[in-house]
Amino acid sequence: MFDKNELEKIGQARQNWEDKTLKKTLDKQGEQKKAFTSISGTTIERLYTPLDVSGLNYVECLGFPGTYPFTRGVQPTMYRGRYWTMRQYAGFGSAKETNARYRYLLDQGQTGLSVAFQLPTQAGYDSDHALSMGEVGKVGVAVDSIEDMRVLFGGIPLGKVTTSMTINAPAPVLLGMYLALAEEQGVPWDKVGGTIQNDVLKEIICRGQYIFPPKPTMRLTVDLIEFCQKQVPRWNSISISGYHIRESGSTAAQEMAFTLADGIAYTQACVERGMDVDAFAGRLSFFFNAFTNVCEEVAKFRAARRCWARIMKDRFKAKDARSMMLRYHVQTGGVTLTAQQPMNNIVRVALQTYAAALGGCQSLHTNSYDEALCLPTQEAVTVALRTQQVVAEESGATDTVDPLAGSYYVEALTDQIEADIEAYIKKIDSMGGTLTAIEQGYIQKEIQNSAYRFQKEIESGERINVGQNKYIMEEPPLTNLLKVNMQQGEIETEKLKKLRAGRDQGAWKSALDNLREVSGTSENVMPAVIRAVKAKATVGEICDVWRGVFGEYRPKEYI
Amino acid sequence: MAEKKIKMIVAKPGLDGHDRGAKLLSRIFAEAGMEVIYTGLRQTPEMIVAAAVQEDADVVGLSSLSGVHNYFFPRVVELLREKQMNDVLVVGGGIIPKEDIPGLKQAGVAEIFGPGTNTETIVNFIKENVRK
Repeated sequence: MFDKNELEKIGQARQNWEDKTLKKTLDKQGEQKKAFTSISGTTIERLYTPLDVSGLNYVECLGFPGTYPFTRGVQPTMYRGRYWTMRQYAGFGSAKETNARYRYLLDQGQTGLSVAFQLPTQAGYDSDHALSMGEVGKVGVAVDSIEDMRVLFGGIPLGKVTTSMTINAPAPVLLGMYLALAEEQGVPWDKVGGTIQNDVLKEIICRGQYIFPPKPTMRLTVDLIEFCQKQVPRWNSISISGYHIRESGSTAAQEMAFTLADGIAYTQACVERGMDVDAFAGRLSFFFNAFTNVCEEVAKFRAARRCWARIMKDRFKAKDARSMMLRYHVQTGGVTLTAQQPMNNIVRVALQTYAAALGGCQSLHTNSYDEALCLPTQEAVTVALRTQQVVAEESGATDTVDPLAGSYYVEALTDQIEADIEAYIKKIDSMGGTLTAIEQGYIQKEIQNSAYRFQKEIESGERINVGQNKYIMEEPPLTNLLKVNMQQGEIETEKLKKLRAGRDQGAWKSALDNLREVSGTSENVMPAVIRAVKAKATVGEICDVWRGVFGEYRPKEYI
Repeated sequence: MAEKKIKMIVAKPGLDGHDRGAKLLSRIFAEAGMEVIYTGLRQTPEMIVAAAVQEDADVVGLSSLSGVHNYFFPRVVELLREKQMNDVLVVGGGIIPKEDIPGLKQAGVAEIFGPGTNTETIVNFIKENVRK
């Protein structure tokens, strides 16, 4: 961005400053630490100048928002046109209770819904299964059949809101229920908008809600993407997630690198299915974390946008600009929250929200201050939502596009994270691709090593968590925590009994037989899934069919 | 003579997939000289106790972040007692509200370690309280 003469002058002036001004200060008083590093372990220099970004070609590397390589954002006007979608991930207890929370959030100005399903649903078991004991309604809402789905969205017009569903291995089943419900409400599928997570690779890497072995589970993922491309064109058919990779302990660069590596694997799988890259890539979406180090997070988002654009253009030969856009949801960092002095978490979330806004996210979930202790209360969720509204409407972060661009520091960090991402992707390619790298435990071990290093830094006091390893105080425990009904399991079991007794047995059985048959071929499973959910087949019953056809996945554990 | 190694089962009861803590602690326990067996995810109380019996474990460490501790932790203690393994030290950790801790202790869980606990505290607790 600077010509050679200018850079030379800056270099001389810098040398001069180091010799005369800086040296005096350092002689008088050293710095607080020998080396400064970000939470990701990146070395941070004392000062950044044009010399650190001398190789940056503005048009090629940064360009303009809404155009390749999208470093500055995926839309030309960003938040001047519209704020990000404020989308709080919520779900607990019964469909009825969760529906009340959704309607409350919409009344408070939330602009999209995000469903948290209970673990049994995520693992493909019904609420009355032996492995569901103790889990029903705990970390998400119990959805066993289309009847629960109907209650969950009662009074909510599916043509007017967009819904995000965090569901992975059983994704076709829950999307099937949602689409069947849209049909009941008279909303055509091409008017239904939302996102389904459908990212099974990161379940195997770090989140643990896998069911089937990698190959058949990838087949279901691609079936869903292919089906949506043809029939539900406004639906983001996957949300390729780095959030959980970061929560598991990765650095910022690893979060982006492993997520983009997963993205490459999905894109490759769709292309191998015979799909044209520009027909589906515009509906690939992403999901990332936001930690408290604002500049590093912003650099991470910018670097990933640039990397993904290049991957789609160069590797997959995409032509449509939409295929090259890294569009993503952000959630603030769950692991950064402390159980100690929980009110401090509000400040952490505010900084993380600011980072997400400065980084150019498309939608955002803010965590609540009580989440190191339990699921959030309504009061805590309200503060979290208000935090987004304060950042959007008071901070000024939304007034201009990509406000931190041109900061020598942020641009240098963006370049460095980009280089780190590229090095990881090269390494993964050389191993034979993402699936192989996962099967060999490479990605898992990289993340675990980072988690270990972080823990050691916290325990040595090298890294500070306020209220946890510094400024500690005695305090009464937070009261008024959200409690989920311990009897929820029995309530859901009763409901299932009635459902199973009351449905048309012939239609139910033939729908499941049909699904079994289709699953054994290479035909897309989605139509058979939709027929089954309409015949009131449950999540567990449909996943059992697939367990029979595909087998179950049991990972090797890497410590 | 070398001291006998403490043998420990680290387990994730239920369907919870959050295993960062369990894996990290497994590594730290091993570095502290213990013999550690990590069960992996989706363990029923029966599976955990069977592993403890088979390995003749001195300690069982349970990790839960999905709010199922009040169901799973006491059940593991109960099954250990049924197998006459009364002197196995059971400890737990994860996202566990403070108000639940007295009940868990009453049920026979020796200690609960919440988020932000120094790992050395946990190692020392185990070394001091394990059967001798």
